[in-house]
Amino acid sequence: MEPPRENSIEAHGLVREFKKGPRAVDGIDLRVDPGEIYGFLGPNGAGKSTTVHMLTTLLPPTAGTATVAGYDVVKEGAKVRKAIGAALQEAALDPFLTGREHLRLQTTMHGITGEERRERSDELLTRVGLTEAADRKVKGYSGGMKRRLDLALALVHRPRILFLDEPTTGLDVQSRTALWVEVGRLAKEEGVTVFLTTQYLEEADVLADRVGIIDHGRIVAEGTPEKLKADIACSTVEAVPANPDQRGAVLSVLERFGEQTTGYGPSSIAVQLTSSNGNLADIVRALDAEGVVLSQLQIHEPTLDDVFLAKTGRHLEGAGGEEEEEETEQELEPARV
Amino acid sequence: MRDAISVARGVSWRVLHTFFTNKAFLLPSVAFPLFFFTAFVGGLSRITQVPGFDFPTGYTAFQFVFVLLQSAAFAGVFTGFGIARDFETGFMRRLMLAAPNRSGILLGYVFSAIVRWATVAAVVTIVALLAQMKIGGSGVDLFGLYTLALLLNLAGALWAAGVAMRLRSQQAAPVMQMPVFLLLFFAPVYVPLSLLQGWIHGVASVNPITALLEAGRGFISGRPELTLAAFAIAAGLILGFAAWAFRGLRRAEAAG
Amino acid sequence: MTVARPPLAPALAQTTALGKRAVVRTARQPANIVFPLIFPMLLLAVNAGGLKAETQLPGFPTDSFLAFALAVPFVQGALLATINANVEFARDIQTGFLNRLALTPVRGIVLLFGQLGGLMTIAVVQAIFYLAVGLAFGVRLQSGVGGALMLLLLETCIALAFASLGSWAALRTGSTEAVQGLFPVFFVFLFLSSMNIPRNLIQADWFRWVATINPVSYLIEAVRALVITGWDWETIGLGFAVAAGLSIVGFALATHALWNRLERT
Repeated sequence: MEPPRENSIEAHGLVREFKKGPRAVDGIDLRVDPGEIYGFLGPNGAGKSTTVHMLTTLLPPTAGTATVAGYDVVKEGAKVRKAIGAALQEAALDPFLTGREHLRLQTTMHGITGEERRERSDELLTRVGLTEAADRKVKGYSGGMKRRLDLALALVHRPRILFLDEPTTGLDVQSRTALWVEVGRLAKEEGVTVFLTTQYLEEADVLADRVGIIDHGRIVAEGTPEKLKADIACSTVEAVPANPDQRGAVLSVLERFGEQTTGYGPSSIAVQLTSSNGNLADIVRALDAEGVVLSQLQIHEPTLDDVFLAKTGRHLEGAGGEEEEEETEQELEPARV
Repeated sequence: MRDAISVARGVSWRVLHTFFTNKAFLLPSVAFPLFFFTAFVGGLSRITQVPGFDFPTGYTAFQFVFVLLQSAAFAGVFTGFGIARDFETGFMRRLMLAAPNRSGILLGYVFSAIVRWATVAAVVTIVALLAQMKIGGSGVDLFGLYTLALLLNLAGALWAAGVAMRLRSQQAAPVMQMPVFLLLFFAPVYVPLSLLQGWIHGVASVNPITALLEAGRGFISGRPELTLAAFAIAAGLILGFAAWAFRGLRRAEAAG
Repeated sequence: MTVARPPLAPALAQTTALGKRAVVRTARQPANIVFPLIFPMLLLAVNAGGLKAETQLPGFPTDSFLAFALAVPFVQGALLATINANVEFARDIQTGFLNRLALTPVRGIVLLFGQLGGLMTIAVVQAIFYLAVGLAFGVRLQSGVGGALMLLLLETCIALAFASLGSWAALRTGSTEAVQGLFPVFFVFLFLSSMNIPRNLIQADWFRWVATINPVSYLIEAVRALVITGWDWETIGLGFAVAAGLSIVGFALATHALWNRLERT
């Protein structure tokens, strides 16, 4: 029998049903390897936070089992909590305490006292860049500073596994990037296993070694970002006719190469190519043959939103604002009739 | 003027709809005056045996007047709480944007304060009558009593509105409430002015609320006194606080 | 497999840290300090002046209404302080701060001890203030210096009673509005008591009956006895007994609410 893996997370058939409410988590199986950054991606209400709450022992599962750091989350909750750190969706800070006082409280809760407490607090404050603000009350902190303090508090007792529940929601680009750098460093240099929930495609794409996509309480796809996108394998073509009256003609041409999709501009016609061999040259020739004039033609490489769309039939919320699209803009001579 | 009235109608409809359909607002507004009435009458009625306590219609009527005026003042103050809450939630900005005449907003809140108090006054009056309160005054006297209370309600609402317009935060609640509380309680609450001793007698003697209280008690006992002074003070409070409230509105407009 | 329980010393350190947080958080909100100190004193001033004539009633136990009424701020102040602090406790639940604490090795009961300990500390500091004000205005404790210490001990017990009931409300509802809504409820109990007049002098039978069954009457009367009577052990004992009873009930309810709130495994 394989011994428990120290820094791993495993869940089998995890279910959470609320009283008089929906099944927020509806049978989740997952495995996170030691030192891995696992991205849990899904829209609002998909069950991400509920899953995190179960894995961090804050909520007992209705059914199923899970082990975190080798300990059963139901039977060995106290041991799980000793091994993990968590920065949950709410920053959950006391506005009337300073950053340093928060660390003092957290270290005391973890039984870290005396000189070790001071050293650990100073180290973490330096690491998250809050040394100067350490003695200011948290109510004066920006959103980014609060998140950094939140991360520092989660790391106080040197956990082997770190849960981050939407850690960059509401942060500006700079703060978000800084947090990504720190999370990446924790995993790569300190071997911390990171379970990260997010609704931002870019975050999952950039940070996660593997991604699990959750919708309505179930994992609908799982794998590395590259593999998930490769499985879809299909780019999307977006065309804007110069003459709106030619929309029908454009659509009928493009539909020879794939299925119409949505989520692009109001005047755009977008088609997800069904063959990886369908290329831009073929499409341009076909459009030209129909005498269609275009003002714009682009090819978009597949994104995790396309993966979500393929699995669920709809787009991930907020994908339009947060996606970093790989696009190939082709400005062409309009095809003549 | 027509614009102001239509705005006032809209604003007061909303406030009153919220008031009457939310137990959290309605019940405390009604319960607290009743509670004070019960506690004072039930607990302190023996005080009428103190030598010099001479009130012909009994302690129930004596305290009824205080509770009526207190409920009037606080119904006005609670309206100010609502204004502060609207600022904090951003709803006031919506009102300011929509209203062709912004004075109507203030008028709407003040009108709703009157209706709120009228509801409470009706309940308190019924309970007092059920408690066999004696009334020595005539219909005219009682009209005078309720008019005094109405004027105090207006003054309270205008005071609180002015504070809310300036501070635009629910943290202003103690600023609205405390002066009104102090004015009410530094008056002859439990015994007539003549039975107060020491510093409180001095304070109550110059407290404008004392005149309203004594006049109100005079109305209910059928021995009107200080009537002119009471109405003059009430009118003065309304004029002063009206200026305070409307200037507050202009400040709020300027703040955006 | 049994879960090893943390040893005592860390639990004490955790309780102290949480209690300190409750105190610091109150101290850093001026409204939460000033109001519980000033409002009871204002009411005392108003009542002491307005009801002074009551001392002329036959059978009134003292010539000084101020001495008679001084007991009320001790109960009122404990009530105000614990309501304020438990509103913050409810806010901890709303903001997720309780979850943060729940993710540490701290035992659930320590969370409650810390909160209650902090509130009791605040109440004692307030009591010292009320005592100082009373002494400054000429009130002399008939029970002497020992009585003053006993008064502080009684205040601790009264604060524990209100604090545990308030904590129950905070844990049960997780709502700041619900805890704030307790204030008028407690206020009603305060007013329907022997707060303004000795029970034996209450004229209305129904009110005297209500005051007799109202536990707050016994809390006030115990404090009052230490001020105007001296070592009336029966009255003082009743006050402690009522405070203890309320504390036990409140603590049991709060503990049960805590287990439900902390669904953690």
